[in-house]
Amino acid sequence: MEKLREIAGELLKSNDVKVVIGYTKGMNNKVTPFFAKKQEDIAKLICGNSCAQNLAVYLYKKDISDLGKPAIVANIHTLRGIMRLAVEKQIDKKEMIILAIDNAGDIQKLDNLSDLENYLSSVIPQLNEEDQQMLDELNRMTPGERMVFWKQEMKKCIKCYACRQACPLCYCTRCTVEENQPQWIPVASSVVGNLEWHMMRAMHLSGRCVECGQCGKVCPVNIPIHLLPVRIAQEMKTLYGTSTGISLSEKCDMSTFKPDDKENFIG
Amino acid sequence: MEFEPKIVAFVCNWCTYAGADLTGTGRMKYAPNVKIIRFPCTGRIDFMLLVKAFSNGADGIIVSGCHPNDCHYTSGNFHARRRWIVFRALLDFMGIDIERITFTWVSAAEGAKWAEIVNTTVDKIKGIGPYTAYQEMINEAWEEE
Repeated sequence: MEKLREIAGELLKSNDVKVVIGYTKGMNNKVTPFFAKKQEDIAKLICGNSCAQNLAVYLYKKDISDLGKPAIVANIHTLRGIMRLAVEKQIDKKEMIILAIDNAGDIQKLDNLSDLENYLSSVIPQLNEEDQQMLDELNRMTPGERMVFWKQEMKKCIKCYACRQACPLCYCTRCTVEENQPQWIPVASSVVGNLEWHMMRAMHLSGRCVECGQCGKVCPVNIPIHLLPVRIAQEMKTLYGTSTGISLSEKCDMSTFKPDDKENFIG
Repeated sequence: MEFEPKIVAFVCNWCTYAGADLTGTGRMKYAPNVKIIRFPCTGRIDFMLLVKAFSNGADGIIVSGCHPNDCHYTSGNFHARRRWIVFRALLDFMGIDIERITFTWVSAAEGAKWAEIVNTTVDKIKGIGPYTAYQEMINEAWEEE
């Protein structure tokens, strides 16, 4: 933590960066995103295992990107988010400094995207145990049981769209959910409408999701909604052998095809 | 009264629609349960349309287009195939009955195949019964935990 504050302090002092995007202590012992703009703010920065949120989303949120060149405290989720955003040409020309933090707490300063690519080449992305357990459990169920499970979960959804706002890859300025001609998703919260919304979001993230689980983390009613895009990401990995948010040369699996793609259900 | 399933068919203009036309001009009879919706290409068939069909009370869905390598737009059906592979996996994970969706390739010359596809699909859905599990959800309101 001291080292992070030291590096961040130096960056702000030299006026190289205008804002440090990081974490601080929030209410109820929770960790919350924090934007250090002045020397005094530096002491509030924290890091550690509890800082698991994906901060990549703030690289393109207008009120933050208007501040000027950022330095961003980045765990593995944030790193993959940044990489994927760069691949999708959202932040590829943006100047930034990445302060990569690994599980052991070591900090490495990365100045550009090719540094990031090098850093990520040695990292093997892994789903956390809890999520994997839930996935396995759901996979073991029959389709009928799964439907009951998701129906119960969808009943809770209040359509706050926090999942979308927190997702680094949901960057569309106009989302299909706000379209009203035609209206794909009903405005009011209803079981089928909620199901359609989450199904659509998962599909729009297919081949792009970086498996950070941020959508599930921010859900105010604790729907494990991240399991949908994560399940697709796993499917993509087994089918096409690709991971997302790892290298600058990767593509989107859904915007490409192979003439000999295998399936066993088209007659 | 016997259950008559509602089937929605999403087909491409260039192959399957012409194929279904051939079924008619060839005077082959097939089950009248199917409502055909014509698309420019299978690549245009948004996955949301399939979901919307269920939400509007369909019991079964047929999705059909040109055989691989026969696409009028060269690669529309290849893109569609990948989308279906992934979408089918997602539907299965969400507990939607994927047996109710028939994916198939029917060319403009396969009028007989189209009749057979529709007939077997209708028989299959008659066997499974109406999709009440989904239709019940439609009217279910959001409730507090």
